[in-house]
Amino acid sequence: MKRTDTSNPDFYHQVVDCQWGCPAHTDVPEYIRLIAQGRFTDAYMLNRESNVFPGILGRVCDRPCEPACRRGRMDQKPVAICRLKRVAADHRDAIEHLLPVIPERKNGKRIALIGAGCASLAVANDLMPLGYECTVFEALPVPGGLMRSNIPAFRLPVSVLNEEIDYIVDMGVDLRLNHPVESMRALLEEDFDAVFVGSGAPKGKELKLPGREEGAANIHIGITWLESVAFGHVEAIGERVLIIGVGNTAMDCCRSSLRLGARDVKVMARKPRGFFKASDWELEDAEEEQVEIVVNHSPKAFVMEDGRLVGMKFDVMEYDIENGRILEQRAVEEVFFPCDDVVLAIGQENAFPWIERDLGIEFDQWEVPVVDEVTFESTRPGVFFGGDAAFGPKNIIWAVEHGHQAAISIHRHCHERALTERLPVTMNLGSRKMGLHEWSYSNDFDPAARRIMNHVSLQRRFEELTTEVELGFTADQVATEVERCLNCDIQTVFADDLCIECDACLDICPTQCLSIVPNGKEPELVTRLKAPRLEPDQPLFVSDPLVQTARVMVKDENLCVHCGLCAERCPTAAWDMQKSLFHFPRAADHDGSVPCQQRKAG
Amino acid sequence: MTFIAKPRVELPNEPVNAIGLRLRDYEGVGSTLCAGCGHDSITAAIIQAFWELSLRPERVIKLSGIGCSSKTPAYFISGAHGFNSVHGRMPSVATGALAANRDLVCIGVSGDGDSLSIGFGQFGHAVRRNLNMLYIIENNGVYGLTKGQFSASADPGSKAKRGEVNQMQCIDAAETAIALGGAFAARSFSGDREQLVPLIKAGISHPGCAVLDVVSPCVTFNDHEGSTKSYAYTREHYAPAVQTDYIPRAEQITAEYEEGQTLPVTMHDGSTLLLRKVDAEYDPTDRSAVLRYLEAHRSRGEVVTGLLFINEDLPEMHEIAGTRQGALTALPFETLNPGSAALAELQRRMR
Ligand SMILES: Cc1cc2nc3c(=O)[nH]c(=O)nc-3n(C[C@H](O)[C@H](O)[C@H](O)COP(=O)(O)OP(=O)(O)OC[C@H]3O[C@@H](n4cnc5c(N)ncnc54)[C@H](O)[C@@H]3O)c2cc1C
Ligand SMILES: Cc1ncc(C[n+]2csc(CCOP(=O)(O)OP(=O)(O)O)c2C)c(N)n1
Ligand code: SF4
Ligand code: SF4
Ligand code: SF4
Ligand SMILES: [Mg+2]
Repeated sequence: MKRTDTSNPDFYHQVVDCQWGCPAHTDVPEYIRLIAQGRFTDAYMLNRESNVFPGILGRVCDRPCEPACRRGRMDQKPVAICRLKRVAADHRDAIEHLLPVIPERKNGKRIALIGAGCASLAVANDLMPLGYECTVFEALPVPGGLMRSNIPAFRLPVSVLNEEIDYIVDMGVDLRLNHPVESMRALLEEDFDAVFVGSGAPKGKELKLPGREEGAANIHIGITWLESVAFGHVEAIGERVLIIGVGNTAMDCCRSSLRLGARDVKVMARKPRGFFKASDWELEDAEEEQVEIVVNHSPKAFVMEDGRLVGMKFDVMEYDIENGRILEQRAVEEVFFPCDDVVLAIGQENAFPWIERDLGIEFDQWEVPVVDEVTFESTRPGVFFGGDAAFGPKNIIWAVEHGHQAAISIHRHCHERALTERLPVTMNLGSRKMGLHEWSYSNDFDPAARRIMNHVSLQRRFEELTTEVELGFTADQVATEVERCLNCDIQTVFADDLCIECDACLDICPTQCLSIVPNGKEPELVTRLKAPRLEPDQPLFVSDPLVQTARVMVKDENLCVHCGLCAERCPTAAWDMQKSLFHFPRAADHDGSVPCQQRKAG
Repeated sequence: MTFIAKPRVELPNEPVNAIGLRLRDYEGVGSTLCAGCGHDSITAAIIQAFWELSLRPERVIKLSGIGCSSKTPAYFISGAHGFNSVHGRMPSVATGALAANRDLVCIGVSGDGDSLSIGFGQFGHAVRRNLNMLYIIENNGVYGLTKGQFSASADPGSKAKRGEVNQMQCIDAAETAIALGGAFAARSFSGDREQLVPLIKAGISHPGCAVLDVVSPCVTFNDHEGSTKSYAYTREHYAPAVQTDYIPRAEQITAEYEEGQTLPVTMHDGSTLLLRKVDAEYDPTDRSAVLRYLEAHRSRGEVVTGLLFINEDLPEMHEIAGTRQGALTALPFETLNPGSAALAELQRRMR
């Protein structure tokens, strides 16, 4: 194998699995270390740079970083990355003075943003400091999108939401509430330099079964029903409720039902466990509240009696499953479940009835707009999409990253620069050596298990719809949980020509991730490693041929715990522990000033 | 020396040996030697070999004298018995320990100073007595612990770190062992784990004194240009004469080998050593031929390695003395110490 190109930031970035897994590339280990030092405000601001809403995300993020976390590979649970984010948000000081300064003199560019959800707000967050005038049109009387209308307050308190939305709106955003955009054509005729569509995926999927129309009064569409609950239009539900679907919306629907008077709530799943769309932690929280999850039941009909919904018929399903895939399925029996209300939580779709189809904005066969995955531009120059509106429903952190990328595009578009000529990700490596055996990070491995979040007692939590269930980590829990992080961003950096092949690093490594072996093609090389390679997707580090024997140093990054012992035991300092700091360019890094001034002069 | 101990990380699917122990169960405390010391590498090879042999730690006794090399028994098999003797006197303690309990698996770790300078006489008699032990000399050509003075194994003409040239002749531990009538003499290099591990196993299997001279660079005082015990010099002048495969009793020999090139040696415990000759002329069972070969290559500056000489049939200490089977420590006190009347009776008979 050739020497690994470690100058390409992707190599070391992939070692920081959490950061690689985070759509917005939040520098997780760095903020965890800041929390460990009690620097909550700094930890908050570091988060905010990437993910814009640390307080919100510290509670409800979809947390793709956690399944990626390499701590989870040591027969253990991942670091509670998300909960630690909340710690930074809860304990920070005022941060207003740390936010970017908004220029008094504007740059003369006006941007229209449709929808005041997290995607549009992220765009405004990046563009306001550059002197843009941003106008946000929102159909509802409050900003926040689904974060406010659908994510229940017992998971995300309104005060947290308000605070983080205000940071952005207070930058001077022209927020027009109760202002649905009803015609894209009309909007395009106004004098905007660019339009960003962040209107979400607002249409809940229907379930067309016999009895649907007759029972309409007691059959609710999940996301619409949650919105009515959030805004106080619905304050009660029947005693027995069936929730159809087992995604995250279903979890919010069943838990909300319990808080509105339901006594017996069942979540009806078509497929067995393992096929559920809901995140494990949302399922756990629902089951803790005594929600019953009924598997292998496929809805068949709504049953009416005397003009009232009395229950539903289901087919009991049987599946042939191999390697996690369903090969064959059949209905074996029909059963009846009585109920007073049904909530349909089987998915959402995009809907753009207000975008005329002759504006050059193309849609595909499923009525999803054709959007470039890098620039977020539609087929009409100057019109951009992001968040759930772009590629269908995802989550907040994806919407934020779409916002960052769309902001770069808008900035370049407004200054007549090619959207595709974006700045590359850059990396800086800095040694963390303090002395012979001292590092400026806590390098010892702590075998502690993941801390368990304390919850409000079951009695108290149903008293009020808005009581936040999770209590946040205690100081002791924080102290332990931060030490569980393996500091994957403190990279083992190898200087090939210094190695004298003494094997000291190989012998001290507690996880056997280093080997010095004769070089060869990858499959052959892998057979010579000290420990079997368990994660073939994690690239190997391979050095140049070593000076004395022309063998190569190979590191399987998979299980490294970043203890720094290899670097401590190396007599020639061929290994060093260096922090990888990545810079992900934002709109502000893309200089747009020159052509703009030229135009003004002309 | 490091501030944190090597952490215990539970690894997914960590392999265990035949008695259910993990490699790390054969480790000792963290090394306090200089980073990069060859001795640490030998420690790792010992850990590997004992783990693969599935020896119960409590059956093992590890002994040493004084020196950096002699500190290393602390760094492997924490669960074993051990004795760290005065300088050069490890063989006496080993003799006593083995006399009392011949069932112990005995490993002695010494240095070139400990065994070829102050302890030369003790070393010679351990070989002659054919103590049933693996006797490892971690050979760096200097007194590492006392800051790098030339030892008795330093080659004439080799340079010390500060430039002075060694003018005395060197004692070659492996050759000396053969010349003294030793039954097992091998040489290896701390940087050649693949050769070292089977040699350690062979030495443990061998029923007698197995001398294993391991070139083990001292990174701090003897790894410079002009040294003949550095990593670079050893690699440049490395000349394996025989490669050893150790095949435990339980495993059949499946490898096909060419007659003449490969010599199988069946050990008393049922294991087999397959000696693959790099040099077809080499015969590791012919004492005088081996000595001639070693001398010829030494004069060319080559470091000849491998299982250099073996004679499975020489009697070890207990056979020579005709002692009873089993450990003396297993006897009841009254049998071991029949009292002053019995002693008087014995003396009377001998008068
Ligand atoms: C029940 C539920 C729970 C969820 N839980 C989580 C969670 O825990 N974690 C997570 O990360 N994600 C969660 N999500 C997904 C997440 O909420 C969305 O992915 C995210 O809000 C998308 O943001 P957005 O800005 O693209 O759109 P939205 O948040 O949908 O915002 C779009 C906004 O545009 C407005 N709008 C729409 N059309 C127009 C128009 N024509 N004119 C003016 N305004 C308009 C809407 O009123 C809305 O305010 C959940 C989703 C649901 C339905
Ligand atoms: C009786 C006695 N004399 C001298 C010393 C000083 N001394 C300590 S270690 C040592 C030499 C050790 O050399 P070696 O056995 O080669 O071990 P190394 O440190 O090189 O591994 C000497 C002379 C001593 N400890 N005891
Ligand atoms: S251990 Fe820490 S740095 Fe490593 S992946 Fe997990 S959270 Fe990230
Ligand atoms: S930092 Fe070095 S010694 Fe520690 S686990 Fe990683 S490679 Fe092994
Ligand atoms: S400890 Fe240093 S010199 Fe020794 S093998 Fe490892 S990298 Fe090479
Ligand atoms: Mg020495």
